[in-house]
Amino acid sequence: MPDVSTAQSAASWHVLEAGALVLVQDRGRPGLAHLGVPRAGWLDPRAATFANRLVGNVEDAAVLEVAGGGLRVRHHGTGRWVAVTGATGEVSVDGVARDAGRPTWVPPGAVLALGPARDGVRRWLAVGGGVDVAPVLGSRSTDTLAWVGPPPVRAGDVLPLGATHAPPAPLDVEAPTRRGPLRLVPGPRVDWFVDDVVARLCAHDYVVTADSNRVGLRLSGAALERGRSDDRPSELPSEGMVAGAVQVPPDGLPVVFLADHPTTGGYPVVAVVDPRDLGRCAQLRPGDAVRFVSSA
Amino acid sequence: MSPRGSVVGETARVRVRDVGHDAVLVELGDTAEALSLAQHARASRVAALEVVPGARTVLFDGVSDRAALHAVLDRWVPDTGGGEGPLVELLTTYDGADLAVVAAAWGTDTAEVVRRHQDVEFVAAFCGFAPGFAYLAGLPESLAVPRLDTPRTRVPAGSVALAGAWCGVYPTASPGGWQLIGHTGATLWDVARSEPALLAPGTRVRFVAHA
Repeated sequence: MPDVSTAQSAASWHVLEAGALVLVQDRGRPGLAHLGVPRAGWLDPRAATFANRLVGNVEDAAVLEVAGGGLRVRHHGTGRWVAVTGATGEVSVDGVARDAGRPTWVPPGAVLALGPARDGVRRWLAVGGGVDVAPVLGSRSTDTLAWVGPPPVRAGDVLPLGATHAPPAPLDVEAPTRRGPLRLVPGPRVDWFVDDVVARLCAHDYVVTADSNRVGLRLSGAALERGRSDDRPSELPSEGMVAGAVQVPPDGLPVVFLADHPTTGGYPVVAVVDPRDLGRCAQLRPGDAVRFVSSA
Repeated sequence: MSPRGSVVGETARVRVRDVGHDAVLVELGDTAEALSLAQHARASRVAALEVVPGARTVLFDGVSDRAALHAVLDRWVPDTGGGEGPLVELLTTYDGADLAVVAAAWGTDTAEVVRRHQDVEFVAAFCGFAPGFAYLAGLPESLAVPRLDTPRTRVPAGSVALAGAWCGVYPTASPGGWQLIGHTGATLWDVARSEPALLAPGTRVRFVAHA
């Protein structure tokens, strides 16, 4: 006798169109940095876990992170709730516009479409049961530095969906986004720079450059100068790096490390962005201004 | 924000630096001490999400209990013998494109480079650059070689290479600026294995010339 419950819950998405970078993401694969494996995971945990809560998922179910364009999928199998958070943009089911930020029902055979992000870069699409691709080293996240994890989602892919466990939570609300400068804590390597380096970092707007990605937010603006010192080596021996690290290469232009950052690095870190503000970096576009404030 | 001095164990003086709100960087005297502390902390099940050794540091990221971390630091007595990790032998063909350049830098011939390289028992000090890429310590500073001025756009997986006094084996094909001395057929990185990295920190490594 066939297992009816399993048969009824089976569902998948057939990808009809995918923008430049559509990735499966969950909370990433912590605990492997000593092997050189980046953490990866959704760039804005608050927005992605909110999408999961809306559709009744556990918070670490895998979602799609949709950047640089839109996504169209045909839903196969039993209907599912979906929710889209992050940047604003169109959401439609069989061509009918739906509200983002609340659960939306997708019936069997329907086409779910997300338009490109309008006021940011990334949108998170959660589906009841989660995206059930095979995990790699305990996570379904794609790391774009070393490409650990499932490949990027492309047209023609079939994405299995997991079994649902709970009803949607349409009344859940997202915690408000904090505005203002990105808070940072000076260190650990401020002593590699001129004395007032943190004041300099916080005194000017920086501008997000086009080569920013999930590895790091690259900034142009006032270069940060190294100080003179005879009691340290000319180059920093490689050391462990954290998300939010503001690393300063020899050109003096800061890079804020995001989820796919290298696990060790040889350029000094002048400060670390507060993890609570890091998710906002996911929505910064080339040309956007960034301001820092020291919370020391 | 200023580094705090802290006396640790019986013999070592380390510097502890805050890295944001959730991480701590411990500075050690050398690579062997860094590896020793990282191994000790891992064995002590320190309350941190990541324990990441570097060339002269150990990063503790996601530290939930600083007092517990400091207790682990206080109990650490440096063991810099480096002789406890598992031993991996890598069957190596010494046919690297930069073998003659390395021989010139060492002031000898290629046969002697091959002999000296096999004589060293290396230890994987830390990983970086790519998953499973271990920085292997063991060569003396006097045999340090420079990186290439212009990195190669593609170095094949299994390439055995030198930079500074480090030795490394490329786990996957990638761009690379290290001097190539040979290659091994060993699989350095495999996500399907229970231990995906063949050369995790602490692993001892010997290179054995392919007959």
